[in-house]
Amino acid sequence: MEKVAIKDSSYRLKKATILQAKKLTANEKFFEIALRDGSALDHEPGQFVMVSLLGVGESAISICSSPGRRESFDLCIRAVGKVTRSLHTLKAGDEINIRGPFGKGFPVRILQGNDLLIIAGGLGIAPLRSLILYVLDNRRDFGKVHILFGCKQPKEMLFQDELGLWSERTDLHYACTVDRADPEWAGNIGVITTLIPGVDIEPSRTFAAVVGPPVMYNFVIKELRKKGIPERQILMALERNMSCGNGKCGHCQIQNLYLCQDGPVFNYEQIKNLSEAF
Amino acid sequence: MEDSQYVILKKEKFNDFISALSKMQKLVAPVAKGYKNYAFEEVTSGNEIALKYIPTILPLKKFFMPQRETLLEFKLDKRSSAEAVVEYEPMTIFGAHTCDLAGIQCLNMVFSERPKDYNYLTRKGKITLIGLECNEYCDEYASCHLVHTSFPGGGYDLFFTDLGGYWIVHVNTSSGEKIVSATGSFEKADTTHINELTALRDQKRKIFSNEVPIKTSLITELFDATFSARVWKDLEERCLACGNCTNVCPTCYCFDIKDELDLSLRHGIRFRVWDSCQLEPFSRVSGGINFRKDRSARQRHRYYRKFRYSVDRFSRFFCTGCGRCTRTCMADISLKETLNELIKESEDRVWKKWL
Repeated sequence: MEKVAIKDSSYRLKKATILQAKKLTANEKFFEIALRDGSALDHEPGQFVMVSLLGVGESAISICSSPGRRESFDLCIRAVGKVTRSLHTLKAGDEINIRGPFGKGFPVRILQGNDLLIIAGGLGIAPLRSLILYVLDNRRDFGKVHILFGCKQPKEMLFQDELGLWSERTDLHYACTVDRADPEWAGNIGVITTLIPGVDIEPSRTFAAVVGPPVMYNFVIKELRKKGIPERQILMALERNMSCGNGKCGHCQIQNLYLCQDGPVFNYEQIKNLSEAF
Repeated sequence: MEDSQYVILKKEKFNDFISALSKMQKLVAPVAKGYKNYAFEEVTSGNEIALKYIPTILPLKKFFMPQRETLLEFKLDKRSSAEAVVEYEPMTIFGAHTCDLAGIQCLNMVFSERPKDYNYLTRKGKITLIGLECNEYCDEYASCHLVHTSFPGGGYDLFFTDLGGYWIVHVNTSSGEKIVSATGSFEKADTTHINELTALRDQKRKIFSNEVPIKTSLITELFDATFSARVWKDLEERCLACGNCTNVCPTCYCFDIKDELDLSLRHGIRFRVWDSCQLEPFSRVSGGINFRKDRSARQRHRYYRKFRYSVDRFSRFFCTGCGRCTRTCMADISLKETLNELIKESEDRVWKKWL
């Protein structure tokens, strides 16, 4: 058996340094990361990277910063498995390895000139934060922007500082809700779908971007269709087990699609008849 | 048929040829492994080779994408480093049936699709393939005619056909040509030989026919009509989710990627290992949701990967008709039987159109 190095391997890693690490909630930690060679990640909102901890493994994590910031990028990681729990032990200055970005993100060029209705459930705010920050970076290119955010409890709400700033901005409409309130909560109570009827939109020129847990999609799509938003203007990011990122290993496959290459962002028209999709 | 592409090898020279071939580089060929079991293993003489064999336990993919292969080697020091590597071994494979050659053609398509898999492609470039024609069916489990793999369709450097007293050999590539000239065992084929090959192929056309009563061109339609068929539920009740069917499938290439540290905890590798969509955790995400929880969905996924999705993606079936999944199934799930049941269930929609 012979062994040689291959430069072109899609499993080759890019070295990166953690610039900042902070706990957002009990389960989620925020990381700002810069590639060692100084290059930009050059991603699209909605794309993901494979984050490596050598000796532990790799995990697919969506990028939550705007591509406009070239010198570093952000990840919001929930501790659920072996790799993500190990990643939570890392701090500023530590080294990690990156592959990617992978997949098809939100079609930001197509979204230009339209109104946006961004709907996030729970950790779904992470990939959507990338889109939101991109839109804010290029605010003039878009029409009205609505952001709806829902999560189970107030203490699980991610990016609380930023949400506060978004709610004060005049160039976007922000609303949030929680399934279960705690004594300090003064806002809306109820599932995310309760916020949709109240949003004032012009359906023909509105694109909806929806990311949340699988259970959320059916209900949200029903509400959006009631609003009259065309199927191909409803964008959603699906979640699957991603392992290779190259459309080969089969874990992320839904029928003839490989989410890591063909997705994770699809419009509803593309996947509505895809059994097993959501 | 172009005469110049054919040479013949007299039977009495076969052992000399194999010995010469095994001296050029590692040679693997089908070897008998007990009752009705065969495996591709290293050989050095013609006597070791089982020339008449039913498909081996594992298909040729074990050489092209080994069960376990290193993707990265890394060092965990103050300054860690990781290097992408490929492991390969130059070899010649003798005696690949047309079903197994088709299997490699499928894998070639998958791994050369962008982003390319250079681990696979590097290894593939070091392997010489010599095919061997099936003059008749290997056993009742094969369904090669249905998926158009009962006759040679390329994918080899040399292709051997047994014509009784001699082998007629199709020289398909320049590496095939090199073997012919280096071993010096071959003679030019003349018209008589070519005519005998044509006669054999005509004879084969009488023996081989679609093993399941459906036109090959209607298979995609059959699967379009049967996504919710009862058959999948029936399979669920029988399937043990052991993953045998995907392990032995020549075109199942799903894998998992894992890290492993050595005892010093300073050096390690990242490797990939065969995985199976039939296993329960395959489509489960860390959050706990399993997108193909039921065995029915998993079995259906396997069949659709062979007969439907691959048609959209690669314009061909990924079933090569080798019959391995049926031979190996502990629960007696039979591919031909499943197709028959699908045809029965969709009779009104698909079957009657051409009856």
